[in-house]
Amino acid sequence: MKSIKNHLSLVIALLSILFSMQIFLITDRSIDAYKKNLADNYSVIVVSQKRLSNSDIMGINKIISNVEELSPDTIIKRFNSDIQSVNLELLKLTLPKFYKLNLAYYPSPKELKKLTSNLLHNPSISKVEDFSYSHDTTYKLLLLFKDVVSIFAVVVLVVTVLLIFKELRIWQYKHNERMSIMGLFGAAVWLRSAVLFRLAIVDALIASFLAFGIFMYISSSEWILQQFNTIGIEIVIFNPLEDFLIIIGVAISISTLLASLIVLGHKEEV
Amino acid sequence: MDKVIIAKDLSLSYSYNETIINKVNFSINSGSFVFITGASGSGKSTLLKSLFGALKPKQGNLIVGGVELSSASRSKLNFLRRHIGIVFQDYKLVKEWSIDKNIMLPLLINGYVKSVAHNQVDKLLKHVRLNHQAGKYPLELSGGEQQRVAMARALAHNPILILADEPTGNLDEYSSDLIWKLLEGANEQLKTTVIVVTHNIPQTLNVDYKHLHIEYGSIHEVN
Repeated sequence: MKSIKNHLSLVIALLSILFSMQIFLITDRSIDAYKKNLADNYSVIVVSQKRLSNSDIMGINKIISNVEELSPDTIIKRFNSDIQSVNLELLKLTLPKFYKLNLAYYPSPKELKKLTSNLLHNPSISKVEDFSYSHDTTYKLLLLFKDVVSIFAVVVLVVTVLLIFKELRIWQYKHNERMSIMGLFGAAVWLRSAVLFRLAIVDALIASFLAFGIFMYISSSEWILQQFNTIGIEIVIFNPLEDFLIIIGVAISISTLLASLIVLGHKEEV
Repeated sequence: MDKVIIAKDLSLSYSYNETIINKVNFSINSGSFVFITGASGSGKSTLLKSLFGALKPKQGNLIVGGVELSSASRSKLNFLRRHIGIVFQDYKLVKEWSIDKNIMLPLLINGYVKSVAHNQVDKLLKHVRLNHQAGKYPLELSGGEQQRVAMARALAHNPILILADEPTGNLDEYSSDLIWKLLEGANEQLKTTVIVVTHNIPQTLNVDYKHLHIEYGSIHEVN
């Protein structure tokens, strides 16, 4: 019981750091996936007085991934009944050309403004419709969501760091006497602090495996997967290898940093 | 005879403006038994602390086991301490370790193989008559028994020097006698230098000893 209690406080603190870190990663991935989704369904309409080649348009800005010329046939069909076919062909020639531009990724309002300006710089292009109002709203909503999650992660991190510092003081008190006694008999610093580092690494491993279990469960939860399906995105919630390596790395770094601070702050008492 | 301790114009203090030991000169031969006496607050324990490097000299030189303590590096100090056995009035045992592990501490620090260290611990527990208490924790033992554990720990690695700070201060007669016999035995049989800080020199001791008395910051030998 005493042994569990010894480990529990650091394990919980580490677990909350790992949890907030992984939630931040999931949010980041979700936003990226959602942005990709939006980019796939988003396009800019360009009106040009002259016919432009695909390479001409794509050369205007690197963000343009695909160009599709819109056929004027659907508009012309409306006049079909009243105008003679010869006149229709003439009309087709005089009508401006419409292009639909697909983008490589979902741009920020600044990038979109730059794209519009670049396009309008071309003398043939007379109008660009970038649907900026709805675009800006969606983009700002995404940013807001990301900011809220980031603030939440930072708050959790700050609170946990404060908890860890409190834990550090308890550890300092607990290990000071043993380290001093070992020092009296000439134990080198590494030997004196070996117990401390062992404890720190064991706690980091416990917290990492708990986080692994929690996120494996979350990533296979039907309810969670359904939520992502509802918004039409598919992401890796938890990568058992890559994410676990990040988690274990962060946990071991924090706990060994904690142990090092105790060793550095140790004053020999006789 | 080799000198295990040489102090030249040694001054000791805890703060800048207060000197506890003031420019003392003395030396201690290897294999001798020394008592340091003095009134409370005279600086006996301070002097003992300086002998294992817990307090650096304010002035002068202090050489213990060939190591100049006023300028010794951390690693040199550790090296010296590995050859010293220390006994305190308040035992200084690691409470969360069994008494066996406490006794084993200097052996492990000195790189003994675990099996050899275990055998040595068994012998020492018998030596201090605590073999029936093996595996117990310090707080499960009486004060006298804890001091016998501390004594076994000090003897475990056959040190060249044993420093004892009022080792029998609060002990019952049985434990006190045993501690003195152990110190006497280490000095006679192993030729270990023993330095004891005490208020009272035991009358029953069968060993030649040197008596240093501290008064008003100076030290003098009592014949």
